[in-house]
Amino acid sequence: MIDFGFALTPSATLQIDNLDNKLFEQLRNIEPDVAKCMACGSCTASCSAGNYTELNLRKVILSLQRGREQDTLNSLKSCMLCGKCNIVCPRGINTRHLILSICKVYNI
Amino acid sequence: MKENVVIIGGGPSGIEAARRIRNFGYTPILIEKELRLGGHLAQWDRLFPEGVYAKEVLQTLLSDMDGIKWFTDVQILTINRLKDTYVIKLTNGISVQSKAVLITTGFQLFQAEKKEEYGYGIYNHVITNADLERYFQNRKDSRIDDPKVIGFVHCVGSRDEKAGNRQCSKVCCATAVKQACEIKQLYPDATVYCFYMDLRMFGRRYEDMYLEAQQKYGIRFIRGRVSEVSENHEGRLVVKAEDTLFGRPLRLSMDLLVLMSGIVSSHQSQELAKMIKLPVGEDGFFLPQNTILEPCKSQKQGIFFAGACTGPKTIPESLSEARAAAVAINDYFNTMTE
Ligand SMILES: Cc1cc2nc3c(=O)[nH]c(=O)nc-3n(C[C@H](O)[C@H](O)[C@H](O)COP(=O)(O)OP(=O)(O)OC[C@H]3O[C@@H](n4cnc5c(N)ncnc54)[C@H](O)[C@@H]3O)c2cc1C
Ligand code: SF4
Ligand code: SF4
Ligand code: SF4
Repeated sequence: MIDFGFALTPSATLQIDNLDNKLFEQLRNIEPDVAKCMACGSCTASCSAGNYTELNLRKVILSLQRGREQDTLNSLKSCMLCGKCNIVCPRGINTRHLILSICKVYNI
Repeated sequence: MKENVVIIGGGPSGIEAARRIRNFGYTPILIEKELRLGGHLAQWDRLFPEGVYAKEVLQTLLSDMDGIKWFTDVQILTINRLKDTYVIKLTNGISVQSKAVLITTGFQLFQAEKKEEYGYGIYNHVITNADLERYFQNRKDSRIDDPKVIGFVHCVGSRDEKAGNRQCSKVCCATAVKQACEIKQLYPDATVYCFYMDLRMFGRRYEDMYLEAQQKYGIRFIRGRVSEVSENHEGRLVVKAEDTLFGRPLRLSMDLLVLMSGIVSSHQSQELAKMIKLPVGEDGFFLPQNTILEPCKSQKQGIFFAGACTGPKTIPESLSEARAAAVAINDYFNTMTE
């Protein structure tokens, strides 16, 4: 192999071809509104836990859609279920309920 | 005898339609509820994308009103249909008859105070896009006091189920970018931010405007919706959003915040819809017969639409539709006499 002076890490690329979205479809079944997220970030901006921890609901939703739940699921443990994100979501998603459903489907 | 055509709404769409309908040989009767003609065009200073003065556009439109009857400060009291004629009673006591009625009632701006979390009417340095246009026209507004940091909030009352408006208002991204450059011209030392979710620069030369905003004016674009605004002890505004491209919550203090109030269906249009029993969409705007093939025809014989009363539109789009409505009305009269 020629040494280009850097290494390729396979995990840096999103492997969309063989995306396994069974769990996400399961989530969509019980929480159809998850598909409405337009990634505006209002939930994250208003989240009290997000100011001090890695919790970022917009990122969690995106990572589930991309089959990369391992990147963010852990952060949901900081959620206090305060429901502030619920109040601001412009797409009217019941985010608090969504969080509970995520925990159920993804077993956390 | 020349046929009358009643046109309800004296904004750019109504004025242009009146001129074209007159050119076809009819007598347009233009009805405007406000004290002057011009609609929203009269409230704007310069227009995107080239910065043409709205005043000049309006003057050109109004320079050629021969043969058009128009009333201001007048509203529709009743509309009744007798055979193929509409009998329209006006609030000034006059009654007119016409076989074709053109609705050009336009839109109304979303009332920014309804988004309480943005503090319009609560904090002194929060204004709207319409307030800023007025400031550009006359340079008077005590809320704009040599600002050093200025923010523009896109999608205020648009794309927002909580505000009851799911639709995109179409013109406010271009307006925000235009106004950001203009305020930078007035206050070259200020730092200017635009908080957007998607930048809808759909028209020709709009993307150039965006590029110019970045390159020439150094406008800082942050992809994230503002979630709330508060005031700190110094009286400065504190804005919260997520920088979604960076993936972190963000907090920023500012001296002026401009809310991009959206385009919503006007309550006068809704009253008119009830009066004539015309269907409106979920968004409250009038529903044409066919949005692709017949955008100017209503679902009722003899009633036509043009401009922003059927949804957010730019001025050139509204004017084109006004001309198309004139053609549709002329066709309508021609098929009646056949
Ligand atoms: C902040 C902002 C900036 C904009 N800037 C630009 C720009 O730079 N370039 C551009 O191309 N477009 C711009 N637009 C869009 C532009 O304002 C519209 O395209 C245009 O005003 C539509 O014209 P209209 O005649 O259909 O409606 P309107 O301008 O809303 O006029 C409707 C008229 O009808 C009257 N009316 C309503 N109901 C009744 C009734 N029942 N009886 C009698 N009269 C009635 C109203 O009083 C009004 O005068 C902007 C819009 C906004 C919100
Ligand atoms: S419910 Fe959880 S995610 Fe939502 S704002 Fe509260 S702590 Fe944050
Ligand atoms: S506020 Fe709603 S739409 Fe916006 S990112 Fe969060 S979940 Fe998605
Ligand atoms: S045009 Fe831009 S600012 Fe206006 S509602 Fe649409 S996305 Fe939001």
